[in-house]
Order: sequence, then structure tokens, then C-alpha cells
Amino acid sequence: MPEQQPILMQGNEAMARGLVENGCVVAASYPGTPASEILSAIDAWRKAEGANMHVEWAVNEKVAFEIAYAASQSGLRAATAMKQVGLNVASDPLMSAAYLGTVGGFVVISADDPGPHSSQTEQDSRLVAMQAKIPVLDPSSPAEAREMAGLAFQLSEEFGVPVMLRPTTRVCHACQDILLRPVQDLQRTADFRKDPKRWAATPKFRYELHVKLNQTLSRIAAYGPTAPRCLNHAPGTRRAVVASGVSAAHAQEVASASGLWDSFAFYQVVQPYPLHSAFVEEIRTAYDEVLVLEETAGVIEMQLRDYRRVQGKLSGFVPEAGELLPETIERLLARFAGRPLPELPEAAPEAGKRPTLCPGCPHRASFYAIKKAAPKGIYPSDIGCYTLGVNLGGVDTVLCMGAAIGQAAGFYQAYRVTGQPRDIVATIGDSTFFHAGIPPLIDAVVQGARFVLVILDNSTTAMTGNQPTPSQGTPAGQAVDIASIVAGCGVKFCRSADPLDLPAFTAQIKEALAFSRDQGVAVVIAKSPCLVDKSVRHAKRPQAVVDAACTGCRYCTSQFECPALVYDEASGKVVVDVMICSGCGVCLDVCPVKAIRQEGGKP
Amino acid sequence: MISQQLIISGVGGQGILFITRLLAETAIAKELPVLTSETHGMAQRGGIVISHLKVGAFSSPLVRPGQADGLIALKPGNVKLHNSFLKPDGWITANAVEPFPRAGVVTIDADTLALQLGNPQAVNLIVLGRALSMGRFFCTKDELANVLRRKLHDKPAVLEGALAALAAGAGAA
Ligand code: SF4
Ligand code: SF4
Repeated sequence: MPEQQPILMQGNEAMARGLVENGCVVAASYPGTPASEILSAIDAWRKAEGANMHVEWAVNEKVAFEIAYAASQSGLRAATAMKQVGLNVASDPLMSAAYLGTVGGFVVISADDPGPHSSQTEQDSRLVAMQAKIPVLDPSSPAEAREMAGLAFQLSEEFGVPVMLRPTTRVCHACQDILLRPVQDLQRTADFRKDPKRWAATPKFRYELHVKLNQTLSRIAAYGPTAPRCLNHAPGTRRAVVASGVSAAHAQEVASASGLWDSFAFYQVVQPYPLHSAFVEEIRTAYDEVLVLEETAGVIEMQLRDYRRVQGKLSGFVPEAGELLPETIERLLARFAGRPLPELPEAAPEAGKRPTLCPGCPHRASFYAIKKAAPKGIYPSDIGCYTLGVNLGGVDTVLCMGAAIGQAAGFYQAYRVTGQPRDIVATIGDSTFFHAGIPPLIDAVVQGARFVLVILDNSTTAMTGNQPTPSQGTPAGQAVDIASIVAGCGVKFCRSADPLDLPAFTAQIKEALAFSRDQGVAVVIAKSPCLVDKSVRHAKRPQAVVDAACTGCRYCTSQFECPALVYDEASGKVVVDVMICSGCGVCLDVCPVKAIRQEGGKP
Repeated sequence: MISQQLIISGVGGQGILFITRLLAETAIAKELPVLTSETHGMAQRGGIVISHLKVGAFSSPLVRPGQADGLIALKPGNVKLHNSFLKPDGWITANAVEPFPRAGVVTIDADTLALQLGNPQAVNLIVLGRALSMGRFFCTKDELANVLRRKLHDKPAVLEGALAALAAGAGAA
């Protein structure tokens, strides 16, 4: 038998593998970069291994947390996965579950995004773990992330607490060669033991639970398997580098490459909180100077306490914002070692191409119609591909999931109080509407707010890789219809239209505006599938052609901004990039002189 | 042990992830350790997408500026954007119509070739084929083609298109 070959695994797939290998039975998540691939990978491993599990895309992170937590209360191993801002949404059950504790191992994966590459904030989930008073593990590579998924279950069951696993983008979206290990079937059955004093504890008993949690934490700070690891033997040095997460991986490589490997003792912290007490003592007594490298906040640094000798984010030695890139770490290590700083690499020119909606994306047509119908409107928007409507001037605000609706109501009230009526057109994606849009819609109706809400319904969660939305239902359940929810919230005007039919859609928005000006909230559901959603069959349509009548006014490129329409300096006209034009045909209605046509014509 | 650091860049939708993983899987087939770093999220919507690929004994998934052996650019503009990653003697293979006024840059008009093949999605493999034909990779074109065959064995039509693209790129030398 040939030896098994390792397979290429993305960090997210590796964590998923670790969970499944270690007997995870229930997993629930809401997608968000960089955590989106975790749940799909869990489901893929489940299928491949024939494991008996419940794996679900929940409607939001709070619900995902609660589903998985109940499985843990029933004695099964369970996990929930989300991005860092998703953890904000799930923070309510997290804080409480920390006090109540767990039965079956319970892992909360919260993926951070230093940079940030694809997030609203650079927040450090380890600070949330600290606030909740639960231990957090910080993997430095996909392989380690897989290990730590198992370790997290073990830690959780040993101490009866939820355990956070906190990867960052560079771990989630790194790939590495990893060997598969067998999947354990722990043969457990759900067994929820009633104990209302604990599971439904009143404030008085919560105090006792808090005291107990503090005691548990001090025991976890002495737990062997998660203790910091000394990676080198540098006898006689009074300098130490303490690193965690991918910063440890960068630092290790950079220190070896620049001949600094023996210049200091090198520790990798696996569990940044609670930091092991013996380690804190060792650092205090054995070293005169300490450099802490971690992302994104100074979590380890603040637990080392001795600020005079510890350099890090709080001391100002390490940048407090942005990603710690290996080239930054190289300079920090040199400075710490008292070596000359390596040359700063020539700064790359600003990234050339900004992200934009796909050619033929229905959202582009929706934004164009909204601008036409309400040119002086305020446009609150939300989180998703359509945030890119900002390029088109169709997005004025982006705050957090669901805020488009709350803000639209807020803008209405602000302008109403001061007596200046304004058109307000909010946009929100279908998945985001389900996630956090329903309570603010109810609020708007109850308070008599007046605005137009356009629900951009492309039947998928596009930005994060086309995860399903509740309107598709699941094999075991049933589909939930957006229009019925809207009606159920008490909205009296709700229409559905296809934005790719630009004239009719624009007329629909105008009608909704008229309703909203004197009656209340009006909803238009912009229904058209996402172009990259492979689960939908896309009819092949003829590409656009710009004919000689093009005046070169560039209206289409500046106001509609389809990336397939390119101004050609040589001819002074716009040309169609046939590599990417999807043939949606919307630009035919955008061109003011009707110079764009479609081979075969548009019906 | 072989040690190679590569940067693969382009814009969202060009299939950067696909060729990065293909190269990484070829490394594994050759029993070499591999680390990559991918771009996901908003940048995938037509923004700048960059992959780092490190074959050999590395612990960090990122290539530092000045350390890359080679750069594969699927858009001409990405050469300027990402050549600071290269070592002084690093090579570049770029998808471009015009040749580059710079030593060490091999260009190929992959857009035109892809349209000729009737496969606009194949720009990535055409440029990769061209880069592999230079013989400076940790793997050969045939080794990579074998991995491709294994990966796409249940999609014969896609496989055929992919192999044709690879060959077209290599043949354009
Ligand atoms: S992925 Fe879908 S929703 Fe997102 S920009 Fe492209 S077509 Fe639009
Ligand atoms: S038909 Fe027009 S709007 Fe649609 S993708 Fe092609 S160029 Fe863009």
C-alpha cells in the first residue's frame, strides 16, 4: 500500500476537518469573509465521511450560535463559525453561555481580518473572548488550525466552557499540505439533563457562576496542552520574542532568514487568553526585554503586565492598526535585536483596479434606476456585493448588517422633525434582509417612517461565495418567502420587478417613491439571479455592440460603470470587452443616443 | 530541498485561485511542502487578486518584497503593481499585447489566444503554460498536466479545454 499523500487544504477546510475528525455533530454558521468556507467544508467532509451530523447555514450568527450551543448542552460536540463582526451579532448568547458553561465540547470559531481585507473593522476577537471570560486559541497555520480544532474540543470538555478558535485571514485563506486523520464517531446520544438552576439561572446564581468561571479560568491558565511553546534554544539570552497566530509564522521564518534565530528566546503563544500564569512569571524573571508580536490588539502584551520591559502594541513599538506583514516583522525584529534595519521595500503603487460589480450584475441596474427615480435621495445601504454600488453613487452609508433599514427610518425621522421632506431609498440584499433586516422594518412600520426599501433579491449570498438563503429552503424544511415577510411586517406596498428590464423597473421605483412620500414604507423586491451563482442556469445572451453612432460622451462608463464598457482613447468611442460582457442588455437602455445594440436585438 | 516563491496576480474572475491551487497540488504530488495565500471577498469582484505560493521549507504563507523567484501577471498592469515582490534576478510572465520594455519579462497575448480557442475563461492556463515552458519552475508542464487530469477526470470536456489552453500557452514560445 502506498503511503497516503497529503492533500492541499485551505485553513478553513483544515479547521473543518479538525472539527469533523474530532466528533463534531452539530455545526452552524453564517457566511462572512474570511470564515465563509468553514461550514461548506464541514458539510463536504460530512458527506465524504458519511458522518451523521446536522450542518446548517443559519439565518444569522446569533441563531447559529444558539443552535450549536443547545447541542453542546445536550452533551454532543458542536461548533459555530463566523467572522469577527458576526461575533458581535452572536455576542449576547456568548457572554451568557460562558457563565452557564457547556457539556459536549463547544467551539466558537471567530475569524479576524487584520488589514482589513474584507471587513468593516479590524477588531480582535480575542478581546471578546477576554470579555466573555472564555479561553481562546490562536493558530499560526492551516495545519495548526486543524490541530487546535481538536484541542479546543478537549479543552472545552475538560473545563466545561465554550472555547474560541480565532484564526485570521492569513490562516483561513492560506493553503497547506495536510494529511487526513480518521474521523472519530464518539457514539454519543443527545442527553439534555434538566437543571433550571444552571440553564435558566437567575441573577443571584449568575454571581456564583461568575465566581466559578473565574476559578476555572485560573485552572485553564495552567493547562499543559495549550501552554506557550518555546521554539528555539537560545541559552544565555535575556531577550525574548513572544508571538502568536500568523505573526509567529512570519517571525519564525524572517528571524531564520535574517540570522536572528539565536538572538532571542522565541515563544509561540497558543492560548493568548488566559495567558498561562507560569509563563507570565517565567517572562518576568528570565528576560530583561520582551517583544510581543500579535494581531490585532495587545492581548498577550497586556497580560504580561510589566510595561517597562515589554514592547508591543500598547508600548507603541508595534503598529496598532493594520496587518503585521512579514516585512514589518522583519524590521521590528531587527530593531529589537539592535541590528541595522533592512531597507524598506519600494512601496508598490496604489492598487490599480478597484473592485466593482460584475458585468451584467442586476444590482448595477437597480442602482442606476434608483438614481434616475430619486436623484436627490439619500441612499442608505448595507453589507454585500451591492456595497460596491458606492462606485455608482447609489450607496451613501454602510454601517453594519441590516442597518440600511434602521438608518432609512432614522433619516426619515431626522428630516421630518426639522420639516424637510427627502426621498430616501434604502438597499439591502436578500440574505442581509433575513439576517438583520426584519426587526428594523417592523420598527419603521410601527413608527410611521416613510421611505422606499429595495430588497436586492438575487436568491443567494453572493459576496461570500453563493451560500443559500432562506428563500430556497432546505431538503428538510421549507422555503420562506420575502414578500410574505414584508407583508407580515405590515408594509402596504410591496412589488416585485426585474431590474434588468430597466424602464419597467425604474417606473416601479417611481411608483414606490410616490407611495412612500405620503403613506409609509414601500418595498420593491428587485428579483434577478446573481451571475456567478452556479446553481442557476444562465441563458446565453448576445453580447453588446457599440456602433458608430457612439459620441464618446462616456455617460455609460461614468454613470453605469459596467466593466465591460471601455472607453477607447484611439477611436474616441466606447468599445465592449468581449472577454467579460455577459449580454445582460441593460446598457442598451442607458446609452443616451442608443448607440449600443445587441446582435439579434432585444425583444 | 527545492525552494521557490511565486506571486500570481490578476483581477477577480480570472481564475487566479485555480492555477495557484493547481501549482500547489503539483508540489504535493512531488512530495514537496507547500504554503499559499489567497485573496477572497470583495476584491474578487474585479479588484486586484494576488496569490502567494511557496514551495519548500517555509512557515509564513506570505512572500516578502524582494523575495519572489517569479511573477505571473494575468493583466499587464499587475506587473508594475507587484514586481516589487521579485528578487533582482526574478522572472515575469505577463499577459499583454505589447512587449515590456524591461529585461526578464516574457509576454503572451493570452486574451486573443483564449478567444481563438473559444474559451475566454482559459487565460489563466494559457499564461501558466507559457510560464512553465521557460523551465524555471519547481515542476514541469507535464507534471502539472497530470495533476490537472486527476483533478478534472470527471469533466472530460473541461479537461480537454484546459489541456489545450496549457499547450497553446506553451506552444506560443
Ligand atoms: S457576484 Fe453576483 S451579486 Fe455579486 S457582483 Fe457579481 S453578479 Fe452581482
Ligand atoms: S450587455 Fe452592456 S451592460 Fe450588460 S455586461 Fe455587456 S456591456 Fe455590460
